Amino acid sequence: MNVPDDRQYTLEHEWIDSQGRVGITDYAQDALGDVVFVELPEIGQTLKRGQSFGAVESVKSVSDLYSPMNGVVAAVNQDLAEHPDWVNQDPYGSGWIVQLSERSGGDELLSADLYRLKTGGDQ
Amino acid sequence: MQTPLTSWHRRHGAKMTTFGGYEMPIEYQGILEEHRLVRESVGMFDVSHMGEFLVQGPKAPDFLDRLVTKAPSRLQPGQALYTFLCAPDAGTVDDLLVYRRGTSEFWLVVNAANRAGDWAWIRDRLPTDGVELIDRSDETALIAVQGPKASEILGPLAGNEVLKLKPFRFFNEVRVANTTVMISRTGYTGEDGFEIYASAHDAEGLWEQLYRQGIPPIGLGARDTLRLEARLPLYGHELSRSISPLEAGLARFVDLEQSEHFVGQEALRRQREVGLASTIVGLELTAPGVARSGFSVVDGDQTIGVVTSGSFSPTLKKAVALALVPMKFHTVGTPLELVIRGRRVPARVAATPFYQRNRSAR
Repeated sequence: MNVPDDRQYTLEHEWIDSQGRVGITDYAQDALGDVVFVELPEIGQTLKRGQSFGAVESVKSVSDLYSPMNGVVAAVNQDLAEHPDWVNQDPYGSGWIVQLSERSGGDELLSADLYRLKTGGDQ
Repeated sequence: MQTPLTSWHRRHGAKMTTFGGYEMPIEYQGILEEHRLVRESVGMFDVSHMGEFLVQGPKAPDFLDRLVTKAPSRLQPGQALYTFLCAPDAGTVDDLLVYRRGTSEFWLVVNAANRAGDWAWIRDRLPTDGVELIDRSDETALIAVQGPKASEILGPLAGNEVLKLKPFRFFNEVRVANTTVMISRTGYTGEDGFEIYASAHDAEGLWEQLYRQGIPPIGLGARDTLRLEARLPLYGHELSRSISPLEAGLARFVDLEQSEHFVGQEALRRQREVGLASTIVGLELTAPGVARSGFSVVDGDQTIGVVTSGSFSPTLKKAVALALVPMKFHTVGTPLELVIRGRRVPARVAATPFYQRNRSAR
């Protein structure tokens, strides 16, 4: 399971990079299966750390999205409306979900090493 | 519990889940791809979790006529029917297939989750003599081969004998890939196909031979999306102790005029005479979102019903659902709303089945 070192993670299987982009991890997309719809927040919405801001729907199940930090939704990945499968195919790249600005409260984020450990160490 | 194929599924990288108490494969390569394979080509399912009961004896035909909603005594040997066990109050105890194997020998195929309950239900109604009930579930494996290419690929393996089978007909004993099986032209996908009953002992050898012929294994995930598109009911969702076959829109599998009175017949007749309070309808979401089982259906500020099954339809590429709603909302085109995680999403009543195969091509 792919866990890039250049970003931070949450126990809810999300990642956030230095630009404030947020997505779900390889582990999460694999567990969900084929993604068919991503429910996105409004641009400008203020989010608290841990707040639910959307959901990823696969054929079989649904997973809520929780904000990894406090921040403001600066951008959403509109391409996912046409290509929800990008979340499966490229979860750390073209499958990004939102971008947060004015970020704070990231002290509980996990490093890649710690995330690997917390998700069983066999990823 | 495990089926005779559980370890095969694990070895071949299936994602596993528990269904009806059994460890079953949910998907191998992804539900969308597996769904497509069955709609466009062929695939096979391990459905060995289903329960199989043998009912035999001189009084078996008469006994079954009084037990299920359509008379098995009218079947010819080699013919099967889809029917229901109903409670005296018209609620559904289970949906099942009844195969007539001989003059006084019948084969019942029931849902895994209902196996113990059905067994007790039937046993409690057995006459003092003349009918024997035998549980064959543990020694029986069931493999479904489904898809437009099912006959083309199974034909050579079964000496082309199986191609003669019409829907809901079966051969009691036939050789398929050097294994003695019972095979019927039945299924749960909305496609042409076959269901093969083999001894648990032979299951892995048979499955492996079918696999080597190029038939891909399909998980329960795609089985659910395939059956939903074809509007085939799933017990515990569209049918339950509180949803009768008539409310589920399955009146064609209920013979209310039958002279041998079956359990639940009076209550079902009353439902028909008084008129149904509610019914299962198809819904299409008209905005993005996916409705799931248990979500509320609303009209204005009133909750009027509940989603019984819902998913993204891989064939239609949009979300569809089945829902139990009051009769007055059953007309195709009726606008309704669904509540998805607190958000209201517009939907409308749609014609079902959502998907129907093109039979003229055969």
